[in-house]
Amino acid sequence: MTCARVNGRLSNLVKQGLKQWTRSMAGEDLDARLSGSRPRNEYGVDPFGFSLDYALSAIGPFLWLYKNYFRCETFGIEKVPPGRVLLVSNHSGQLPVDGVMIGVAMLTEAKAPRAIRSMVEKWVPTLPWVSTFFARVGQIVGTPENCRRLLEKDEAILVFPEGMKGISKLYPQRYQLQEFGLGFMRLALETNTPIVPVAVIGGEEQAPAIVNVKPLAKLLGFPVMPLTPYGPPLPLPVKYRLHFGDPIYFTGRADDEDVELEKKVKVVKAAIQSMIEHGLKERKAVFW
Amino acid sequence: MNKVVLTGISGNLGRVVAKQLHRVAHVIGIDRRPFVGRPKDIDHVQVDLRKKKVEEVFRKHRPDAVIHMGIMHDPRMTQEDHHSFNVLGTMKVLECAAKYGVKKVVMLSSANVYGPSPENSNFLTEESPLMAASRFPQVRDLIEVDMLAHGFFWRHPEIETVVLRPVHIVGASIKNAPSNYLRLKRPWVMAGFDPMVQLIHTEDVGRAMVAALKPGRKGVYNVTGPGEVPLSAVFAELGHRPIPVPHLVAKPVLSTLFKYRLASYPPEELDHIQFLCMVDGARWTTESGLRPQFTMRETIRSVLGE
Repeated sequence: MTCARVNGRLSNLVKQGLKQWTRSMAGEDLDARLSGSRPRNEYGVDPFGFSLDYALSAIGPFLWLYKNYFRCETFGIEKVPPGRVLLVSNHSGQLPVDGVMIGVAMLTEAKAPRAIRSMVEKWVPTLPWVSTFFARVGQIVGTPENCRRLLEKDEAILVFPEGMKGISKLYPQRYQLQEFGLGFMRLALETNTPIVPVAVIGGEEQAPAIVNVKPLAKLLGFPVMPLTPYGPPLPLPVKYRLHFGDPIYFTGRADDEDVELEKKVKVVKAAIQSMIEHGLKERKAVFW
Repeated sequence: MNKVVLTGISGNLGRVVAKQLHRVAHVIGIDRRPFVGRPKDIDHVQVDLRKKKVEEVFRKHRPDAVIHMGIMHDPRMTQEDHHSFNVLGTMKVLECAAKYGVKKVVMLSSANVYGPSPENSNFLTEESPLMAASRFPQVRDLIEVDMLAHGFFWRHPEIETVVLRPVHIVGASIKNAPSNYLRLKRPWVMAGFDPMVQLIHTEDVGRAMVAALKPGRKGVYNVTGPGEVPLSAVFAELGHRPIPVPHLVAKPVLSTLFKYRLASYPPEELDHIQFLCMVDGARWTTESGLRPQFTMRETIRSVLGE
């Protein structure tokens, strides 16, 4: 019994310490600037399970990585409009560091900080601890219903239309956009949501995977199991650069034929592609 | 509504509804169990819903409305008993309602018909498929009962049929699976899983059932309580200390315990404390204008009998 109590006190101390750390890096007023952004009940959570308290503790290590490991730089973050918005980005790096970096940037660098959401794979809720962590920091399962509901609540949602194909691409395919899904465009049209294209530079080199070991993936129940020359796909200290584009407003029928939607999706994809090319030309090196 | 037949009146929820209703309507209860502490102005016919005598009750009283909640959930009863009682009982009630000119049928289903799953959206609407039986075949009858009422709705447009699907019902006297689970001082939880849950107080469900009698109201509705909380917050509120059990171990262990009658929960119930099964209750709140009277804290604490 005392053991459990000591344990509880310890985890509370860790939590407080982490929160202090976050504040020291992001500014003491971060809580205040964020607290009005989402409804909270008497148990400190919003209906989707996001907890500001938990998120402020959880974000500490990621904020440190953002500042010191990946030394993330943002360009044009002020272009993200208030209210509902879909951030559409390229996806890479084996581990979703790109999502984390965009999330931290929106939380700490945007004029009006926003806790954004991203849509996670359906296998995430089957993972212990990971599922709870994702839910408390506001990440939810990527079903169209969830996305629609959140956009109607004027939230900012990050989507990676390349999905699994994007994050798991191997080193030779870096910065080559994979096929985009159409789902995000239907939702944007349906809910009248502007799309902000985002190009992430750096992530595509963070874990230069050379092979995807399919039998191992199957054994572990993972969607993919990429390996780098140094083994597991752990991210190298590449420099992250996030380029935010001008919001694009689309009009049209959400239930239009796929061909029509593909045309609109192509516009977004082209915008990201040109931002990627621009970003690659601008940068001096991969690691600094 | 002058005369209301209330099936399953002797259950805890049945008594709550009866007490809310008997001052404004003539309540006729049907239940094979005796009705302990029955107010004098309530009639009670102690008969199995599948029996012929049920028809007699309808013939004699000519009720204006039926509230059907005579549905059995006990996991200890055999499959056959369950299925027969729930499905045949419901068919009998609906058949009588159609035959004897009932104007309104209110049927108690449950948000559990959607079933917990890792693929669920956070808030399921009434149009979501009823998937509960895909992972937990023993609840087939509860889905079938819901679908029977659905079919009845379309076949009898002259009758206003209302199907209510409330979230986990909790209360002091309630002996259903969620209330029993929340009363455990050292409950199992799935290590690393802390799903959001929705609870509703018995009396709030009772009020919803009564409100569903209002002329003009019909259709299928999810009924939600005061909100959503992580399961861990519920136990913190109650002062109970959960035991985290790895989910890969929990299922085989519980299924063995259940088999030898050392546990009262079938292993499939673990899905409810691992995955989401939450519903969107907006349709009901907008159309009925009804808000739960108990706060989240009161609802949670109600299982303790406070």
